[in-house]
Amino acid sequence: MAEPRPDEMEFYKQEELVQIDYTPPQTSWMRTPVDFRPGSWIYPAKARHLEYLGLANPREWSPLDEDWKLPEDWKEIIFEGMRERLNKYRSFKLFMDICVRCGACADKCHFYIGGGDPKNMPVLRAELLRSVYRRDFTLAGKLVGKWVGARELTPEVLKEWFYYFFQCTECRRCSVFCPYGIDTAEITIMGRELLNLLGLNVNWVIEPVSNCFRTGNHLGIQPHGLKDTLEFFAEDIEEVTGIQVEIPINRKGAEILFVTPSGDFLADPGTYTCMGYMMLFHELGLDYTWSSYASEGGNFGLFTSHEMIKRLNAKIYAEARRLGVKWILGGECGHMWRVLHQYMDTMNGPADFLEVPKSPVTGTVFENAASTRMVHIIEFVADAIRNNKLRLDPSRNDGLRVTFHDSCNPARSMGFFEEPRYVIKSVCNHFCEMPENTIREQTFCCGGGAGLGTDENMEMRLRGGFPRGNAVRYVQEKHGVNRLACICAIDRATLSTVCDYWAPGVEVTGIHELVANAMVMEGEKERTLNLRLEPIERGEGVS
Amino acid sequence: MADFVVGDITLDIDEDGFIQQPEAWNEAIAKALAKTEGVDELTEAHWKVVNYLRDYYLEFGIAPMIRKLCKSTGFKLKEIYELFPSGPAKGACKVAGLPKPTGCV
Repeated sequence: MAEPRPDEMEFYKQEELVQIDYTPPQTSWMRTPVDFRPGSWIYPAKARHLEYLGLANPREWSPLDEDWKLPEDWKEIIFEGMRERLNKYRSFKLFMDICVRCGACADKCHFYIGGGDPKNMPVLRAELLRSVYRRDFTLAGKLVGKWVGARELTPEVLKEWFYYFFQCTECRRCSVFCPYGIDTAEITIMGRELLNLLGLNVNWVIEPVSNCFRTGNHLGIQPHGLKDTLEFFAEDIEEVTGIQVEIPINRKGAEILFVTPSGDFLADPGTYTCMGYMMLFHELGLDYTWSSYASEGGNFGLFTSHEMIKRLNAKIYAEARRLGVKWILGGECGHMWRVLHQYMDTMNGPADFLEVPKSPVTGTVFENAASTRMVHIIEFVADAIRNNKLRLDPSRNDGLRVTFHDSCNPARSMGFFEEPRYVIKSVCNHFCEMPENTIREQTFCCGGGAGLGTDENMEMRLRGGFPRGNAVRYVQEKHGVNRLACICAIDRATLSTVCDYWAPGVEVTGIHELVANAMVMEGEKERTLNLRLEPIERGEGVS
Repeated sequence: MADFVVGDITLDIDEDGFIQQPEAWNEAIAKALAKTEGVDELTEAHWKVVNYLRDYYLEFGIAPMIRKLCKSTGFKLKEIYELFPSGPAKGACKVAGLPKPTGCV
């Protein structure tokens, strides 16, 4: 019998995992070395993907190796990289300088709550970088060093950066509580960007990025594979509704380009939400197209470098221009929306070759998207429902007791709180909220965002998913919740694992699966099956 | 990267034991990979899954969605777990010589 592997969940006994030790180590934080234990770190980026992307230092290595095969002048590269970024990004300089270490963020991180490692306190995680900044970029640090919390950059410090900057999901929950408004995700983003200068990234980030340029999406789905996938969904839709939906791909002159994360093409339960989009667009008679080139909403550039964010985001707009669409509609994705809402406009915008999005169904003009020309599908469908453009029979979702996980980026980066709830309540009769300090702007991360959702990192995923899983379990026990809705593909994948572990019996869904189940379609046959091909349970007294 | 030796062929495998040269795959390699998954003998049912995955991979360059695998082979997900204890992605795909899927999955 082989040793149990960290990707096998049985390896983690729940009663042991919840014994969280919040006692800090005896040694001071600067003298506590990083421990790469199985289940808490991620495989490094493979050389062939770094090569493909033209990124630094492609080689075979492992974090467990003593020698990380760094370039000879690695220190100069980091210092030069810091200098360049401190000059370029005022926010970075500000966030390095203004933290007073008040500790308001300390107990707000899901990894700290679920793991107890003090270096997962956002303040201390940032201090890993600040200490180096202080020593080499501030006068006080240069003069009195350690007395002001400054320290030298050594290979050990670099290892610590790699370990802890890939134990942050950039979810920004801590930032909500920072009295100075420090965006701690930006510190992780900068930390990772510096690590990338030395070829230190994880494969779960870099392979998807590389695939995006190679085939159009994270998963490496090729154009004929996309067509085959959507045809497969169309077959199941026909089985459920008796209706044949159209599959427009790369269609020039369509009014709308639709872009969603490619996880929705491969992994359940995202696939059901993808079917939901297809049914919705058919029912509304939308003049739209999928694209095989821009077949990815997710932007893992956010976990690599600003340059990569820009390059990946530009693909969507290049395709919109090539196809001659009027505007872009975006699916249930997480990080895509932080990029769209907070980066796109200054990186690749304004997209003034497109038109200001106007719903062909309701005539509503989305002024909020006047510059990016890209609308979130929840906003779009909420508008259609509010204007009575969809016939809905929520009783078809009566078998479900639904709660909503605010996906971090649409919530904290866009302020998307009401639209998802409005849509869910329109299509489901049974909805309840999780406790208030776990939702909306205080929502707890799934524990697997920002490229951490891979199985070798399972212990950290389960620990980081604990606060969310615990809140789900609470409403499961109190209100019989059996379905957790969310609007992010990483959520759909990683929360399934989190629920299996912390709240078994609760399944995960995208909102458009719920919408499509409730949607009464023109010419449909009697609906007896839901999109999962399970019999529909209707409530008593409802036809 | 570790070596994986089958007869006179030496392949690279990644941290999880997936072969890195999918084009070099053959039946002997499948049998050897199956042993690493605790599957000592590949039955007709195993081959049905493996051959489907292989054909799909050769046509599309990636693994199929699990629902499609089930529908096309007629096996329920539970049955696939019985055949390959690590499941369709980590078990069956590994034996069929496919790369691991990455991204929001």
